[in-house]
Amino acid sequence: MRLTELPLRQPAFVDLIDWSVLSPSEGQRLREFGLCEGASVEALHHGGLWGKGPIACKVGRMTIAMRRNHAAAVTVRTGPDAAP
Amino acid sequence: MSVLPLVALVGNPNAGKSALFNALTGARQKLGNYPGVTVERKAGRLALADGRPVELVDLPGTYSLNAASPDEQVTRDVVMGRQAGERRPDALVIVVDASNLDNHLRFALELIALGLPTIVALNMVDLATRDGLELDAAVLARELGVPVIATVAVRKRGLDHLREELGGLLDSAAPEAKTLPPERDFDAVRGEARRIARAAVVRETPSRRLTAAVDRVALHPVFGLLLLLGLLFVMFQAVYAWSEAPIAMIEGLAEAAATAARDALPDGMLRSFLVDGVINGVGSVVVFLPQILILFFFILMLEATGYMVRAAFLMDGIMAKVGLSGRAFIPLLSSFACAIPGIMATRTIADPKDRLTTILIAPLMTCSARLPVYAVIIGAFIPARDVLPGVGLQGFVLFCLYVAGIIGAMLVALILRMTVTKGASGGFLMEMPKYQWPRPQDILLGLWQRAVIFLKRAGTIIFTSTVILWVLLSYPKPPEGSAVSQVDYSIAGRIAGGLNVILEPIGFNRDISLALIPAMAAREVAVSALATVYSIDAGDDEALLERSLGDRLKDQWPLPTALAFLAWFIFAPQCISTIAVTRRETNGWKWPMFMLGYLFVLAYVAAGLTFWTATALGLS
Repeated sequence: MRLTELPLRQPAFVDLIDWSVLSPSEGQRLREFGLCEGASVEALHHGGLWGKGPIACKVGRMTIAMRRNHAAAVTVRTGPDAAP
Repeated sequence: MSVLPLVALVGNPNAGKSALFNALTGARQKLGNYPGVTVERKAGRLALADGRPVELVDLPGTYSLNAASPDEQVTRDVVMGRQAGERRPDALVIVVDASNLDNHLRFALELIALGLPTIVALNMVDLATRDGLELDAAVLARELGVPVIATVAVRKRGLDHLREELGGLLDSAAPEAKTLPPERDFDAVRGEARRIARAAVVRETPSRRLTAAVDRVALHPVFGLLLLLGLLFVMFQAVYAWSEAPIAMIEGLAEAAATAARDALPDGMLRSFLVDGVINGVGSVVVFLPQILILFFFILMLEATGYMVRAAFLMDGIMAKVGLSGRAFIPLLSSFACAIPGIMATRTIADPKDRLTTILIAPLMTCSARLPVYAVIIGAFIPARDVLPGVGLQGFVLFCLYVAGIIGAMLVALILRMTVTKGASGGFLMEMPKYQWPRPQDILLGLWQRAVIFLKRAGTIIFTSTVILWVLLSYPKPPEGSAVSQVDYSIAGRIAGGLNVILEPIGFNRDISLALIPAMAAREVAVSALATVYSIDAGDDEALLERSLGDRLKDQWPLPTALAFLAWFIFAPQCISTIAVTRRETNGWKWPMFMLGYLFVLAYVAAGLTFWTATALGLS
């Protein structure tokens, strides 16, 4: 499932990132934030009144905010065998 | 004097670097700029354990040596010894957040690979413990191959140890430093950082995290926005409510000084210069120091606690609608203090069109220099009564003026994004730091630095323009027995008379035209200029001289004029310093001139509409 669809506060792992959606500098910033295939991720808050705002999520031990179009580029896995 | 060893503090944003810098250097700091770029250089003096002094420089926080923004380039160039105006540091202190080691160690490994003598400050260990994380600094030191010292900058823990270790490091022969970082695969470095971070963890127990609990409210789509609006409202009410007593004190001092000067000096040019020009002019601006400090207090607190990023998160949805990023909210909120740091803070916005739009609308955020203008007009024309229990009408009007600026800015951004800065909207990627209670000393230091800057402005720009205006207003003297007043006969009066042709239709009188010219130097000068005009106008009339500026304005200006004047200052073309910083940040005259033009048109239209509406409604 996509990171945008991940229920709040449910631990998951990053399966795949569609880097083509991100500009090179955005991709690099995300990597510097520790978002990469295999990273642990947890959606914390959806911003905006109609769920159209950015998403705050925990990546490893860090909390980051990103827009929905970027979060949609991240595919995540949940469940007992999700850990890489 | 021999050159002191230079040590650079470097690390990720939100690693507590600035707090560590303040704790190590105390109030002995020097703020400056790197040549050619508008990146602030913060340096201070640090005494080692044996008393030897060292120069410590606080480099802008960055995530890696692959710099994305001008701030980050400075950090990269300094540590590589390529930054103009800065020597290569003799040693690095890498600051890492103990509870975010995976990430911060990756950058630390990049820095260690440069080969400079290095110490790692394992900072904010108390917050890591709060989160149930226990770390072994010795394991970390062994794995990284450099000394690691656990610190809590805000409690001054570990600082003596750091000073001691730094002394030893500077004494030992310097290893060979590399000018270029060794090429290494990003993922490989990250893997190593993660392995070292895991090795250093002694115990990790999940515990209830304060930040997550607070964020459930602070980031809530409804309650979060209400909280933000509430905070901003309290901030603007406090600007009035908390400042009464200190303002009265400063006014008392200025009055005593003016009376003493009037008694001590014979009537004449010197007395007029001192009383009308210096004491009344500069004094009428210094009186606003308390309000400016209250505003800065709130902004510094919002930044230091980590709330500012939450505000950006909440605002991103709204900002996206006008084609901006939530990130733009931070420079815009700083612009309430002053547009110059606000425009400089846009450097963190990666998208060039997002950034240009934010720069262009930054002057619409009511800066603190406009506060004196608002305050004196509101004080004179808006009655001091409560509209609701605890909510004063004056504070409410002030709040509305700020809101009008914000709405104006949003509309302008929307139009700009559809025309001159057209293009795809940039993204919004931000780290959200943990909440932290700031150290009172850090806030006090920040306030002190702002107060010094403001008083320096009062002593230089404001003083100079007031003095020039006094001269232009005092000469030439009208012939004996002439019916023309001193102000009308003076050079300034004649210039204002000419300008008044343009400004009269929107209800401005000659005195306003007069005040607007020096207000280009700094906007609060409008107040000192009015004070000087009325002081000279009063001549030797003791009764008039005793009256405050507000009272005199009330006598001379109809209400629609006062309201139009307020509306003008919501959009008023920015001061010369803002034009200069815009030119520097946009690399040319095109955008600052565009900004000046569109703000003048907006100010004219807004003041005109206000004046005509108020007149039509019969307000007086």
